[in-house]
Amino acid sequence: MNRLAYIGFAIIAVIVVTAVFAPLFASWDAATVPDTALRLAPPSGTHWFGTDVLGYDVFSRVVYGARISLQVGVTVTIISAIFGMIIGAVAGFYGGFIDKFLSGYLFNVFLAFPGLLLAIALVAFLGAGLGKMILALCIIGWVGYARVMRGQVLKVREFDFVQAARAVGASNLRILFIHILPNAIQPLIVQASLGMAGAVLSEASLSFLGLGIPPPTPSWGTMIEDARTTYTIAPHTLLFPGLAIALTVLAFNFIGDGLREYLDPKQRRR
Amino acid sequence: MKYKVINILRQFGLLVLVVWTVVSLVTLLIELVPGDPAVAILGENATPEQIDSFRLKHGLDKPAFFFTYSRDPELYRGIREFEQQPKEKERRNEQWFVSNAVEDLLVDLRVREFRWHGADNRYMNYWTGVLHGDLGNSFKTDTPVLNLILERYPNTIKLALAAMFIAILIAIPLGVLAGTRKGSLVDNFSSFFALLGISLPTFVIGPFLVYLFAVKIQIFSATGSLYPEDIVLPAVTLGAALSAILTRMVRSSVIEELGEDYVRTARAKGLSERTVIYKHVLKNGLIPVVTILGLQLGVLLAGSIITEKIFAWPGLGLLLLDEGIAKRDYRLVQGCVLAISVTYIFANALTDWIYRRLDPRIRLS
Repeated sequence: MNRLAYIGFAIIAVIVVTAVFAPLFASWDAATVPDTALRLAPPSGTHWFGTDVLGYDVFSRVVYGARISLQVGVTVTIISAIFGMIIGAVAGFYGGFIDKFLSGYLFNVFLAFPGLLLAIALVAFLGAGLGKMILALCIIGWVGYARVMRGQVLKVREFDFVQAARAVGASNLRILFIHILPNAIQPLIVQASLGMAGAVLSEASLSFLGLGIPPPTPSWGTMIEDARTTYTIAPHTLLFPGLAIALTVLAFNFIGDGLREYLDPKQRRR
Repeated sequence: MKYKVINILRQFGLLVLVVWTVVSLVTLLIELVPGDPAVAILGENATPEQIDSFRLKHGLDKPAFFFTYSRDPELYRGIREFEQQPKEKERRNEQWFVSNAVEDLLVDLRVREFRWHGADNRYMNYWTGVLHGDLGNSFKTDTPVLNLILERYPNTIKLALAAMFIAILIAIPLGVLAGTRKGSLVDNFSSFFALLGISLPTFVIGPFLVYLFAVKIQIFSATGSLYPEDIVLPAVTLGAALSAILTRMVRSSVIEELGEDYVRTARAKGLSERTVIYKHVLKNGLIPVVTILGLQLGVLLAGSIITEKIFAWPGLGLLLLDEGIAKRDYRLVQGCVLAISVTYIFANALTDWIYRRLDPRIRLS
């Protein structure tokens, strides 16, 4: 695997440790109870990343914000991957009318809404909140996995070992889970790591638009939205959450790219 | 010939089907609003008369769909109280017990009633409106939604096209340089630039550019669209991700084409490397790039929602956020979502068609 992928893994490891052991590095009180006497203070010994417009400690909020980002990222990726894999496998495996309906019609309908728009619309009508946001991101996320899975199943389905399994009388479910799935999983792992990047980015975008997690729960996107009026005089309020988002997304993209290159020998040779 | 006609008809049929589903989904979005939309818009303090007249004006007094299968709230409460009272204590102890859920479902099914309402429903009325070019009136300002959209749409399209132009301006030279000098410093730089562009969200790039070019070096204004040059910062912000994606595409496309036989032939003919690359390689290598461009136009239209918010750019996205979502003007939100997604669908269909024209190999398969 290339060097960038290892850097990606290292960054993610740091972020995961930060999120899991957040109370060791930062205090929940400083992240959620504003110190109104200290607004927009520059970085210092007591406030490493300074304070924001309401007097929250930026460092504590960035640390606790990692929890929300990873929570949304992991949940959305797992749910949409499982759902997408099932639909994609069904489409690829059964073919015929089922495939025409699923890949010809259903996939196209979900792809007809550009990126975030469907999530924005859903949250706008359902109301903001963590659960609703996760639901909206899963609704836009599953199609990617379904398409990859369908393509893989179509390819693997024709291999000799699948025909052999069928010849000895294996059931459809057994063929699908024991024989096809393990051979189709590689591109899905790549898709999942790119999907994590997308989910973290979408969470931040929705929070930035005020459609994410309601305050005072710290989220990187919300922090940037709060900094929008103040960053010209206090750039640190924007810099640190921005850096956190960029690093996380960059790391997942590094991993995804590295894995793709690693798993696809054709690209490695280039 | 016969096959060709069938193929075109099939694709057109699919397009119609997808548009129909998307419009229907958008129509039904308003049913997702928790509680009563009229109360959500007018507020808890509105009098019943105000609510009734609002419903009547916007057609919210009609049933949502052709039929309903809803429960009668009065009847439901009655059955609950009558049947469950003695069991309440027992239930509390086993809150997650399966039989409780089954019991709830059975009670629920008993109070649900199937009712047929006919064609005079909100779904049909919205569709009739759409087909007549009427997207309803804004819940807040009572002006036709279509007018509001048409007023703002040119700004969004202008921004999207400007972003695309900037992306192409960066991506093609950088991609060609990287592809022809694989493994060189330029190549590594372009890879890094591409990953950076994909990873940096617009709401980080945008304020960063404003800080740099509007606060530190005061060349552009931070927000608004008063002067023609005000489009530069939003366009660069919006185009950054696209230029990153395009750079990668052009690079891998150039690398792939350089390995083809016709390149060797062209070189053997004695053509200069410049001619080989710009006249032969780029011409073929740009075909997949055109597809990406078309597909990305829709992404830009949607992505402009965030960019417009950062720069207070008066486009469709700002209309959706500030007038629609912030003021709970659900009719306006419906209209904006509809306008963006339908444009996206048609942009994709058009791209597909151009792609087939450009490359006869795809047309045949």
